[in-house]
Amino acid sequence: MRNIRYLKAVSDAVLQEMEKDNSIFYMGEDVRCGLRGISRGFMEKFGPDRVINTPISESGFVGIATGAAMEGMRPILEFEINEFVFFAFDELIDQAQKYHYMSGGKYKVPVTYLVPLMLGSMAGQHSDYPYAHTVHAGMKTILPSTPYDAKGLIISAIRDNDPVMVFLPTRVLAGKGDVPEGQYSIPFGQGDIKREGDDITVVATGHMVIDALNAAKILEQEGISLEIYDPRTLLPLDIDLLVKSVNKTGRAVIFDDSNRTCGFAAEIAAIISDKCFESLKAPVKRVTRADCIVPFSPLLEKQILPKDTHLIDIVNELIK
Amino acid sequence: MIKEFPKEKSLEIYRLLRLGRRFEEKSIELGDQGEIPGSIHAGIGMEAIGLGISLALQKGDITRRTHRGHAAMIAEGADIKYMFAELFGRVTGTNKGKGGSMHIAGISGVLGSNCHMAAGVALAFKIRNEKRVAVGYFGDGAANQGPVHEAMNMAAIWSLPVVFVCENNLYAVSTSVKYSSLLENLSQRAKAYGFKGITVDGMDVVSVYKAAKELLEAARSGKGPSLLECKSYRFCCHSAGTSRLNLHYRSDEEVEKWKERCPIKLWSDKLINEKTCTADDLKIIDEKVEKEIEDAVDFARNSKFPDIEDAFKDMYATPYAGIPQKGWG
Repeated sequence: MRNIRYLKAVSDAVLQEMEKDNSIFYMGEDVRCGLRGISRGFMEKFGPDRVINTPISESGFVGIATGAAMEGMRPILEFEINEFVFFAFDELIDQAQKYHYMSGGKYKVPVTYLVPLMLGSMAGQHSDYPYAHTVHAGMKTILPSTPYDAKGLIISAIRDNDPVMVFLPTRVLAGKGDVPEGQYSIPFGQGDIKREGDDITVVATGHMVIDALNAAKILEQEGISLEIYDPRTLLPLDIDLLVKSVNKTGRAVIFDDSNRTCGFAAEIAAIISDKCFESLKAPVKRVTRADCIVPFSPLLEKQILPKDTHLIDIVNELIK
Repeated sequence: MIKEFPKEKSLEIYRLLRLGRRFEEKSIELGDQGEIPGSIHAGIGMEAIGLGISLALQKGDITRRTHRGHAAMIAEGADIKYMFAELFGRVTGTNKGKGGSMHIAGISGVLGSNCHMAAGVALAFKIRNEKRVAVGYFGDGAANQGPVHEAMNMAAIWSLPVVFVCENNLYAVSTSVKYSSLLENLSQRAKAYGFKGITVDGMDVVSVYKAAKELLEAARSGKGPSLLECKSYRFCCHSAGTSRLNLHYRSDEEVEKWKERCPIKLWSDKLINEKTCTADDLKIIDEKVEKEIEDAVDFARNSKFPDIEDAFKDMYATPYAGIPQKGWG
């Protein structure tokens, strides 16, 4: 076990898999110099055939990776930021995601997409979190919140024979945690109880786990006990663990930093109302990003993005 | 006689042209009768392109065809039994009934994406240091899609072994290429990417073959990508359904003029004029083709439909419990 940063855990996961498997190549904008820190040193280690800088052509390089994957390679793609995923939406959703099914199982498209989620004064075109979009389209989508989860889940993503979207919240990238030095994998579809509690289940995704843990500490002093369920993988989703937790507490708040309407939180709320109806003592609540374009000014931005104080307010409302 | 194509090969070329033509004609007919669901995008009149390319391919080369690629697939040796079965939505189909005409054998029905796919296949060949070439088909309509430009540019800078083949049939549904581009030849665009572009008569098997051979050999020997534009014409409507719309975007005279240059007619005239064979020899082939079509349709018609639970199979190559979720129940 080493206490390392999230970013280092991501980098280690990729590096160790690349050392083991020659069919993996790493591709994206500015990856040879390691602009975003994940691929620092990869070029020296693996050379230009396996560490491929691309022009600014998101649609093009996602499509090329699909073609290479169908021909036996296992590409790992790095997006510069979250919103650039939209450039490649046809290539992701209509191509990569559909070939295995459409071909009757003949083609496999094992591609891992690493997508950093920018946060803070990035304004309108650099702040959207498109994970609900990819989940909606049936694409395997993961959102690790800790260094340990990141390494184990990314190794699973790289070994998976389907395209997998990996969203990396910028707010957790610098956070530290204990991570084994060697390889290990965490299977998809296994949520994690980040904190046990009795009164309310908080379904927290990505960096909202940090805020939920903060809120739990504060509320503990008031005698309110939060249970924090981190799904870790959004598709597949660990429904059993979610249901078990809500059936225990009888109350649920979904705490998610993506848009509210038709968002990931809405899906969780629907599942809870369907499967936990008998045990619910209060309505299921959501604390999410507003259905609004993220503004630049920090003062305005605060009105749009969810944080721990909003969660505390909702919890107090439910407990009353 | 062309030296590469002795009598037997020449007759086989004729057979494949004819088989590609009849496959699509029969598919449209069965579609009109309601036996084949969905829509067929046929390339009747464009058969020489896929055939000319297929003659230049070597074992291990991979093509990424378009939604109008039935005849090219047949030229490459696909068994029409399984193709018809796919069109009939049967479990014996090339895609187990999951793809249909537009995605037959795993091709993409989205315009321009086959250029990416082919470039990606070529990237795999290059990384693994294999002497194989990828071919990416697209049309004059797809030529104006952004991803086609991105794929060509990246293929160029990485010197990928790929030949982009533009099947220019002059119309994107109803939009003339003269409207959508100011260029006389779309192959001129190759210059902008820094590689070779050639325009050939897409109605003539030999012209397509000779150009494809040269460009494939160049790609195989490490000289990078190229663009081959084949000027051609679609005798039929854009898709089987649009025939009912009675759209007027080209004159009857224009269609008739191009039909005079039907690739099958050009090839059979050549064989007869050069005394490679007689008209009777070709008639025998026609009859064999008809029999093969009938047998294949029977095979498809008598094949089983997929099990209803198959609707949820193959969504993921690495399955997990609970996905995909069903829509009700």
